[in-house]
Amino acid sequence: MAKVNDVVIKIATVNGTGSASANGLLRKAIFRMGIPVVGKNYFPSNIQGLPTWYEIRVTGDGYQSRSDRLDIMVAMNAQTYAKDMAEVTSGGWLIYDSTWPRSSLLDRDDITVLGVPLSRMCNESFNGARARILMKNIAYVGVLAALLEIDLDIITELLEETFADKQHLIESNMKAIRLGYDYATENFVCPLPSKVEAMEGTSEHIIMDGNTAAGLGCMYAGATVGAWYPITPSTSLMDAFRNFCAEYRVDPETGKRTYCIIQAEDELAAIGMVLGANWNGARSFTPTSGPGISLMSEFLGFAYYAEIPAVIFNVQRTGPSTGMPTRTQQSDILSCAYASHGDTRHVLLFPADPYECFHMAVQAFDHAERLQTPVMVLSDLDIGMNDWMIPAFEWDDDYVPDRGKVLGAEELEAMEKFHRYLDVDGDGIPYRTLPGVHPKGSYFTRGSGHTKYGAYTEDSAAYQDVMDRLLAKWETARSELPEAEIVYSKFNKAAVLTVGSGHAACQEALDRLGAQNVNLNYCRVKAFPFSDSVREFIDNHEVVYVVEQNRDAQLRTLLMLDSEADPAKLVSLLHYNGIPINAGFVVDGVLGEIAKGRAA
Amino acid sequence: MSYIAKPRVSHPGLPKNKLGLTTRDYEGTVSTLCAGCGHDSVTAAIIQAVFELDVEPHMLAKMSGIGCSSKTPAYFVSQSHGFNSVHGRMPSVTTGANAANRDLMYIGVSGDGDSLSIGVGQFVHAIRRNLNMCYMIENNGVYGLTKGQFSASADIGSLPKKGLPNQQEPIDPVSTALSLGATYIGRSFSGDKEQLVPLIKGALMHDGFALVDVISPCVTFNDHEGSTKSYAHTRQFYHHVTDMDYIPPAEEIKAKYAEGEAMPVELHDGSTIMLRKVDDEYDPTSRAAAFKYLRDHFNAGEITTGLLYINKERREMHDLMGNVDTPLAELPLDSLNPGSTELRKILKRYA
Repeated sequence: MAKVNDVVIKIATVNGTGSASANGLLRKAIFRMGIPVVGKNYFPSNIQGLPTWYEIRVTGDGYQSRSDRLDIMVAMNAQTYAKDMAEVTSGGWLIYDSTWPRSSLLDRDDITVLGVPLSRMCNESFNGARARILMKNIAYVGVLAALLEIDLDIITELLEETFADKQHLIESNMKAIRLGYDYATENFVCPLPSKVEAMEGTSEHIIMDGNTAAGLGCMYAGATVGAWYPITPSTSLMDAFRNFCAEYRVDPETGKRTYCIIQAEDELAAIGMVLGANWNGARSFTPTSGPGISLMSEFLGFAYYAEIPAVIFNVQRTGPSTGMPTRTQQSDILSCAYASHGDTRHVLLFPADPYECFHMAVQAFDHAERLQTPVMVLSDLDIGMNDWMIPAFEWDDDYVPDRGKVLGAEELEAMEKFHRYLDVDGDGIPYRTLPGVHPKGSYFTRGSGHTKYGAYTEDSAAYQDVMDRLLAKWETARSELPEAEIVYSKFNKAAVLTVGSGHAACQEALDRLGAQNVNLNYCRVKAFPFSDSVREFIDNHEVVYVVEQNRDAQLRTLLMLDSEADPAKLVSLLHYNGIPINAGFVVDGVLGEIAKGRAA
Repeated sequence: MSYIAKPRVSHPGLPKNKLGLTTRDYEGTVSTLCAGCGHDSVTAAIIQAVFELDVEPHMLAKMSGIGCSSKTPAYFVSQSHGFNSVHGRMPSVTTGANAANRDLMYIGVSGDGDSLSIGVGQFVHAIRRNLNMCYMIENNGVYGLTKGQFSASADIGSLPKKGLPNQQEPIDPVSTALSLGATYIGRSFSGDKEQLVPLIKGALMHDGFALVDVISPCVTFNDHEGSTKSYAHTRQFYHHVTDMDYIPPAEEIKAKYAEGEAMPVELHDGSTIMLRKVDDEYDPTSRAAAFKYLRDHFNAGEITTGLLYINKERREMHDLMGNVDTPLAELPLDSLNPGSTELRKILKRYA
């Protein structure tokens, strides 16, 4: 594994000890050297004292997903030492704090163990328990800088940016870095065979998590009302929106805000607020996770039937029930697609990474207002809370938001009579009006049976007429939503089909399979209802491996329901242990099926 | 729920308000509630109140949840937007609607089941936010549409039509609202239009959360002997604490008030509530005193009515948050995104 810019480092610490800033510093320094890098958090549902890991994949080839290798383990947590050691790939390295002796039982002869007396050095050099703990974490950055040949000037530059007006912090942090760096260079052969080397792989790129990107997207979409109830892993989405708005949405003269964020009493109220605000013409959204969707379900059905726009971000976590709140999954696909009782179905968007979180946040508002229905953006914890390297977003200053079919005062004045649910244009989308605009625009929004004119009804034909028109609108949605990403060659009989965060792992898997002469076509769905091209894609193959991160093959089920795909062709590869999927899983899955006699 | 439009018969003699509209212009579709339902009287009182306030129909938003009470927004002001939401969730929808457009006047019509059982959480939190709305509870102590089960406002010992008396403590919306910091709290009776109309007018004009709890008997399921929410019981134990007149801004105060009889309370828009104490002991500006008075009279089996509490100091939701005066929904979207140059600056922090 002696490769340049292809190394996976995992740092095992205890949560609440400030290791996040040390890990961030390390990841940023490598990125500043022009080397593609991604970072993933594995953290407990806890505030302080439990094991937490941060994994940095230095990926000169640019692959974004979790690696199936672990080259260097920084084992700072005695609690998990045995497990951490066991995880290192044969031929790798383990760094530990040698201040205290380590049990000889915990040894492996196929990896190199490097002891650094981090606690002793920091106790001698710093005063105060808190500083010593924090600096111990910074010191391992120094050790890794020496072992991997990370540019110390860049580390200094980053510290200067972070602590611009706190000179003493720059000095103490650099002192800790030096302690680790000097110890490593004096005691070990530096650099290791696996090391980093400056390259030009990160220009026009940024590192961002999906929740930040989506929060930024909401601000750029012109959202003014955000309502939410805190829930992991979606909380940082509203935090991001709040921070960006605090910067850009406060009138410099009056100090007044052009945004309103309401922390609701629960998710039922959060979605109620979003519907009230959208009904009144504001762009309004709520971020949540699986349990929140369960609570919102009654209102989501209401919004479907009463035809009220809404944008919901579901940053999916591991279910069922409370599940594992800090682990990832794609297990809300079906519960979102059909949230609520009665014949209800919802538009879904599936971002694959933070880049798409930003753009799909904006698109979600456009689609919701155009289609007058809730639009759910299905992200997940892997996308939402991990650090992805993505192209810097571009913003088109000529962007014109699609507010959909909303009648203004002049149009209403000229009309003889306004009817809320008439299909005037034949696309299944009626015209709506906003309160406060014109008396002729008034209508009664209700979740009870209504006619196409908007009046209450218990008449079978009038009820069914509206239900059928909603189906026509569904087909309009199908034609307007983002097309699936398809890579097709007529020479391949088999294909991989995936969704959301499965994209990164599948991209890497296809390359690896290709290197073994297993060539597969590829389809990534970006929205539900699925574009017609998805059905055609499935029809054109003998086998389609459906890769998704849940136990029950929810995407496969949805493909069968919505595109009437032939179930016999759809072979599931299911990853649902809560850890992000990786390429190795897909490669092994496909090769295993081929070995069983499936087409390749 | 009714969809039958009322016949448009013009009565040339009907008085007109400043907008040139008559009370007929503030009506809705024909009520489908039971004949004699208290709610229809409340609807009539709302129509009278918005007529007298010269409310532009399209500037009023009518909000409700589910239940007999929640049907009633269809029965007044057809030219206003209405939002008949899901059971117990009217407060959250109104919160979002108000967040988007603070210029509209919001009237929410709820019931004791909608607000005190399934929706008690949302009721409570709308009060905490001091949401600027008039929140009506048409309180009859029973579930009507599901045929007569007790609601959370039923008094201990109150008899159902069939079966055993209620044994559980009632939730009193007035003392609940008082303890949570509602800034305008009134109670009245569907059969007392004289008291109810000015109370609703004050509630609509008050800048903050205004609760109007109206005892509104259910003629079908809770108007029998032994019920504490019947017409007869309410009339017998009705305890009038305050009376009030609502006087619009810049209007001359014509009524004659004896020295010390009336207490003027000026509202944010310059209108005035002239509050007359029927019981001299009562202080509607003291939460603690009001609470004690209400409990004492409740324990004596009396139904305390009138404007029971008012607080003009506490700011409503938007002002607490420091939001702009323009309705957020009316801000042009291109003024809300910082554009490509700023985006590049933001992204530099992530490089």
